[in-house]
Amino acid sequence: MQFSGLDCRFERLAAPLPMHRARVDATQWSALAFAVATTKGRLVSLWGSDRRAMGDGFAVATAYATAEGLLWVELGLDVMRPAYPDISRFFVPALRMQRAAHDLVGIDAEDSVDSRQWLRHGAWPADYFPLRIENTGQERFAPQPDNYPFVFVEGDGVHEIAVGPVHAGTIEPGHFRFSVVGEKVLRLEERFGYTHKGIERRFMGMDIDEGARLAGRVSGDSTVAYAWAYAMAAESAAGVAVPERAAWLRALLLERERVANHLGDLGALGNDAAFGFALAQFSRLREDWLRANFEAFGHRLLMDCIRPGGVARDLDAAAAAQLRRDAVALVAEVAELKDIYDEHAGLQDRFVTTGRVAPELAARFGLTGLAGRASGQVADLRVDFPWPPYDKLAVTASTQFNGDVAARVAVRFDECFESLRLIDALLAALPDGPLDVPIAIRDAASGAGWIEGWRGEIFVALETDARGRIARCHCHDPSWQNWPVIEHAIIDNIVADFPLINKSFNLGYSAQDL
Amino acid sequence: MWHILKYIARHRRPGASASPTRSPTLSPSRHRAHLIHPDILAILGRALAIRHVDGGSCNGCELEIHALNNPYYNIEGLGIKFVASPRHADMLLVTGPVSRHMELALKRTYDAIPAPKLVVAIGDCGCTGGIFGESYASCGRVSNVIPVDVTVPGCPPPPADILAGILTALRVRPSLAPDEGTASDFTPGFN
Repeated sequence: MQFSGLDCRFERLAAPLPMHRARVDATQWSALAFAVATTKGRLVSLWGSDRRAMGDGFAVATAYATAEGLLWVELGLDVMRPAYPDISRFFVPALRMQRAAHDLVGIDAEDSVDSRQWLRHGAWPADYFPLRIENTGQERFAPQPDNYPFVFVEGDGVHEIAVGPVHAGTIEPGHFRFSVVGEKVLRLEERFGYTHKGIERRFMGMDIDEGARLAGRVSGDSTVAYAWAYAMAAESAAGVAVPERAAWLRALLLERERVANHLGDLGALGNDAAFGFALAQFSRLREDWLRANFEAFGHRLLMDCIRPGGVARDLDAAAAAQLRRDAVALVAEVAELKDIYDEHAGLQDRFVTTGRVAPELAARFGLTGLAGRASGQVADLRVDFPWPPYDKLAVTASTQFNGDVAARVAVRFDECFESLRLIDALLAALPDGPLDVPIAIRDAASGAGWIEGWRGEIFVALETDARGRIARCHCHDPSWQNWPVIEHAIIDNIVADFPLINKSFNLGYSAQDL
Repeated sequence: MWHILKYIARHRRPGASASPTRSPTLSPSRHRAHLIHPDILAILGRALAIRHVDGGSCNGCELEIHALNNPYYNIEGLGIKFVASPRHADMLLVTGPVSRHMELALKRTYDAIPAPKLVVAIGDCGCTGGIFGESYASCGRVSNVIPVDVTVPGCPPPPADILAGILTALRVRPSLAPDEGTASDFTPGFN
């Protein structure tokens, strides 16, 4: 395949979604970024690797989403001077990913406007790169001084509010630096990396099955999406296709995860607008849903249910019938609660116009997933590249254009109903057959997985070494794209609305700190 | 408003009509959680303030701690409150392997809690370091960073297990729990 007339050859990966891979030189690297940007493609991910163990140098890779599918593009870098042309001028979300690639592998984006550290705080020195092969990842260092240069806002009456890393509620750690005048937010700067626990280093040397367990723990709320993306990557590396029944059960698990998260968030959003009734009701529905998960699949959050080659558990006819009745019953419950939300003037007053991301801003910043769809960015892998079983289900993507908290609430309600419809359809026509196929990787191979999780597109790139063990596994979360947009969504809002705005996106910390 | 009242009237008890197609014996964990409730009330006399710190977890444990607040487990009804400041807390719940970037924040939170203080490590990662273990980025289990009274294994542990862990912590440190007969006179210690 060729893309936009560029003279680099893309090989199609063996995967249910259209994914293509090519090696490029530095000129093609920049030309391709430009071509993707001008054809309204999106940057999915950017990461670095150390290939010296395979007699190669360093490498930087990107994944782009285009109308033709995913393009996995790789640029080899000089060992002595590992640098590559910056692509953040085409894709804003690349900035933090480039900074992370520096912290982990020690490769640099030339002429980048921001080269501050990102994942590295004070736990390891600036000249230590955990993913380089001369390091084991087991090194220990005395804490280093960590003087992160936040952007300072000056002016009459401007003051700073520093929040985190430990937050007031039960949420993940991160730091928010607000510059405010009175109650109004002039600027927000985020700083993450607090939950960085060395996941990408941990992957190195694992076998395929161990890796599946780790991928399922990149982000607990998206464990199914990660497990599926990882399994798809492993299957694509091994060149096997999963049986039909396994694919259908995977979709069932993914939609159940989506519903569970939307139920939790819809309740929490009501609660953040002081509507405690909503939290009580939605958290009750979520608990019922999680208990049903446990009964049917043996795990409340559905961890380890998907494994490379297929699924770990079957569903008998009685359990399937019960899950189907549950889905039908839940539609009625959520519909009733939606009416209450819609009619509640106090709630709507807090939701409407709050934390607005206009479609133009969303497009410029590459806002993706659920939050993107609330700001007119129409993209959903289940619709754009329907892979089995979504090719039989005609998924409808929800789209809103107001981009405020109310729009993100509306998308959540829509997607909840659509997922419940899908669950019903999946259970009604669950095909018979085996649950998995044997999968064995005994040499150097590579593959990719691309899944529409509840938060947005999850991408996994997997490469094995000559013994079939993991040489590099990169997991990407849509939080990378969406966090920088929150810095804009909050501008001119009041500080007290930040929890509401933040919750309406509900982005991951662990998912991107890795 | 009428709509809301009607909805509440129809859902007096959690699980009662949530899923009319299910039998009421849906989950054994509900019974277990309910068995623990009287013990907690007796020991606490309706007052336990908990500060939670995510030391670097995958957020799975956070979801299950959140679930403790739902109407099934109803921990606020037992007098257990999650508080925003460690200065107000009697107990520290810690999840995750402790990332090296959270080590200092966790130590500071621990130091800020008035004595006597209890620490409960939640989840396989908090207990042993879990799948992430120790590395350049992770300190591993919680007890590598601060003293831990009770560990609650599980990946993630279900809410009833977390509740049981909280109760166990109150029992293993009798200095914090008064005699059962005088539970209502119990006042948390300040220093």
